Amino acid sequence: MSAHHPVLQSLAYNFWYGATQALYGIDLAVPRHAVTALIGPSGCGKTTFLRSINRLHDLTPGARHTGDIRLEDTSVFASRSDPVTLRRRVGMVFQRPNPFPKTVYDNVAYGPRLNALAPDRELPDRVERALRRAALWDEVRDRLREPGTSLSGGQQQRLCIARALANEPDVLLMDEPCSALDPIATQRIEELIVELKQSYTIVIVTHNMQQAARVSDYTGFFYLGRLVEFGQTEQVFTRPADERTEAYITGRFG
Amino acid sequence: MSMPARQVRRHAVNGLMTGLIAMLSALAVLALVLILGDLILKGASSLNWAFFTENPVPAGETGGGVAHAIVGTAIVVGFAALIGLPVGIGAGLYLAEFGTGRLGFFVRFVADVLNGTPSIVVGIFAWTWMVKPVGRFSALAGSAALAILMIPMIARTTEEMVRLVPHSLREAALALGYPRWRTSLRIVARTALGGIVTGCLVGIARVAGETAPLLFTALGNLNFSVSPTHPMQTLSLQIYVYATGPFDEWHRLAWASALVLMGLVLLLAIAARWVTRQRYGTGR
Repeated sequence: MSAHHPVLQSLAYNFWYGATQALYGIDLAVPRHAVTALIGPSGCGKTTFLRSINRLHDLTPGARHTGDIRLEDTSVFASRSDPVTLRRRVGMVFQRPNPFPKTVYDNVAYGPRLNALAPDRELPDRVERALRRAALWDEVRDRLREPGTSLSGGQQQRLCIARALANEPDVLLMDEPCSALDPIATQRIEELIVELKQSYTIVIVTHNMQQAARVSDYTGFFYLGRLVEFGQTEQVFTRPADERTEAYITGRFG
Repeated sequence: MSMPARQVRRHAVNGLMTGLIAMLSALAVLALVLILGDLILKGASSLNWAFFTENPVPAGETGGGVAHAIVGTAIVVGFAALIGLPVGIGAGLYLAEFGTGRLGFFVRFVADVLNGTPSIVVGIFAWTWMVKPVGRFSALAGSAALAILMIPMIARTTEEMVRLVPHSLREAALALGYPRWRTSLRIVARTALGGIVTGCLVGIARVAGETAPLLFTALGNLNFSVSPTHPMQTLSLQIYVYATGPFDEWHRLAWASALVLMGLVLLLAIAARWVTRQRYGTGR
């Protein structure tokens, strides 16, 4: 498949929480091996959209949708791609670091072990690889048997990234991954994101516009449940086509 | 320099209230201290090797022990736990993870009613279904009665503990591709394990001292028996029989049995505390 063929495609996607419509006709193509940032004021639907991609809404009572989201040309909602298979291909990193109350090693080994991706004897290699990719290996190589919750907040978040990477997903979803971290830890994660896009397609939700500008190649601006503007980050930030985008990124509202 | 009257009164009321609360807490603790003290005073002197290892001697003779009742308690409560723990934990997990609908509401309601059911009623129930049809009192019938008492307690504690597990952990597991049932068992239940174990120990301690539901199920037995299908003695039944009996020797043994039973319950409570500490006390 060509580099220009989008990995993820959203087609006229509408979403409701009960009677409240949260997303209106989202059309979006996420380019391969690039970082796509979703920005917009609180409650505009960014996170709702992100969680639609790996069907985390399946368990939300009253959630329903129309339209489609396609991963490599297959609908994520198709009955044969059940959410479990889908989530193995679409990793997710959450707003707050949420390591399991287990050892550092077990946290990372959890995914591959469950999904039987590797025989047991290959697990240590796999864990090391994931931790290296998450730029955490050097800090935890001697602490693999300590509880994941004993790491610092920034390390915990990188542990969560390693945990997601160990499944070798095609797409990595990040829901404001730095909002609970200090500036130094944030910088490390941002550097990591830029590095990871060599091998992964990343979709990141952020409230931090500087962050979007720093790490992303493409930016989508959500407002009141609609995708107002989508394009190359540089263009969106320097020559926004829509005046609402301009107002938001220049800090006039939001 | 004198304080304004209002301030004096405020200080006085404050002191009075603090004293009152301290007194009431002391009263609560006093109950346990008195019971334990009394038991030790009247029972400890009868505790010796023979008490734990020998079976009763014929009425009127001195000596003998309650080995049969100690073993019996272990067997009756053991079988009760074997039945009650899996059912209780399973029901609690179900309530916490899936019990949002009408069925969950119903199960929770039934558990609450069962929790408040007098234990003697549960005993009669077990008698009706497990003793009368068979025509014989049995330890198993006693275990079943105790299990019925345990299940709602353990189900509700398990539910509370599982509900305490942060939702973010659940989502983390689901996002890794965990099926829902495995998320419940491997992540949610494991995280709540400390609390669940504590609940189980407290539940076991609670039924270990039950007498009423055993009166017409396990019945009691003056001889040593390990057959679950026959009448069996437990410490609680032993206390009941000996304390109401006519012999001083029996009263002495009843006090000692009560001390042993109390010690057992205390031990379980301490174990529960210890498990909780292991889980939540250390580390960050």
